[in-house]
Amino acid sequence: MAANKAARMGEEVWKTRVDKVNAELVTLTYGTIVAQLCKDYENDYVEVNKQLDKMGYNIGLRLIEDYLAKSNTMRRCSNFRETAEMIAKVGFKIFLNITPTVTSWTSDSKQFSLIFEENPLADFVELPDDGRSQDELWYSNIFCGVLRGALEMVQMQVEAHFISDVLRGNDTTEMRITLIRYIDDEMPQDDD
Amino acid sequence: MASQPSKPPPSSQASSARNSQQGLRYPSTGKTIYHRPLNRSRTQELSQAGFAYLFSEMVGYAQRRVTGIQDLEKRLNVQGHPIGLKLLDLLLYREPARTQLRPLNIIALLQFITTVLWRHLFSRPADALEKSSNPDTPDEYMISDNEPLVNQYISVPKEMNQLNCAAFVAGIVEGACDGAGFPARVTAHSVGKGEEGELWPGKTVFLVKFQPEVVEREAYLGKT
Repeated sequence: MAANKAARMGEEVWKTRVDKVNAELVTLTYGTIVAQLCKDYENDYVEVNKQLDKMGYNIGLRLIEDYLAKSNTMRRCSNFRETAEMIAKVGFKIFLNITPTVTSWTSDSKQFSLIFEENPLADFVELPDDGRSQDELWYSNIFCGVLRGALEMVQMQVEAHFISDVLRGNDTTEMRITLIRYIDDEMPQDDD
Repeated sequence: MASQPSKPPPSSQASSARNSQQGLRYPSTGKTIYHRPLNRSRTQELSQAGFAYLFSEMVGYAQRRVTGIQDLEKRLNVQGHPIGLKLLDLLLYREPARTQLRPLNIIALLQFITTVLWRHLFSRPADALEKSSNPDTPDEYMISDNEPLVNQYISVPKEMNQLNCAAFVAGIVEGACDGAGFPARVTAHSVGKGEEGELWPGKTVFLVKFQPEVVEREAYLGKT
């Protein structure tokens, strides 16, 4: 039920409130960013993953405001399951026009997977055939940082990482997201 | 199993044979760039905000690794270059068959860039294409864009007012020129306050300076 509502909302915002650009401009720009990182870090893919995550984190910190303004959601998600639906069906929808599938919940409702049927960042992409990139590089790792940054701004500390990627030869592209804790509101400092 | 020899091997199989120089692994679902229609994302759209976030991270990252503005613009240019190279082929391929020819002279190339390439990337043609009127620089052309899309959410700090992040777009144009066999240097310049600056504060001129041999060839071809 909540899922349907989120899907309708995402669709509505995407159609009416989002300025759009050609998808390939974004795809190619992301490609050139990753390529530059690989060059700068001399194909140290572990480091490239870290840098992508960091860039994503910076984006997430700012993107959340845009998300809140566009989606016009004035109330908090009542639980982490609702958060997951909103991320997939509203967040990914309004920025990337995709809706990854939410699945594989743990029984404590603190961990779930996003499965990406489509991933505009990875269009036109093949990893270098150097015997390492498919084992080490998470091409779309920027997403993990975006989620971490954005959710931190709404008082959720999460951990996110990819566990499979079609670019690596896996059959699906899957990201695992774990809620670590809700961050308590910090008390304002005493003026006295 | 042996009845499907043309399919890429399932990943599990491939990974076990990894050490014996197997090359890349592919998903058994056939989700590879070779199966994906080249025109699939031709008219797809993403949010402009998404682009702006990526671009700002790209500029920010580049800025931390350079010493000056020129250096930074050079870096953005270098990052745009491969995009231009690839788009040249991709966009020509997508043209109707009778206009699929590669541009064979400077004007045809620049027209292709200011219309087809610009429209594809920015959903509108460039605002002007001019040839330098200075007789000393017959190798220079100018492409104007009144409001470069890439600069829309960028405000350049005062002390860096020489910077124009559309250097990235200049790199794309340069890549397209190089790929077409018309090697050139392309730079982005803000027009500034005077003249049209009032109406279009973000107006940017892309100065395309072709290598001498390109102009020489063009003159030679023109005579025959």
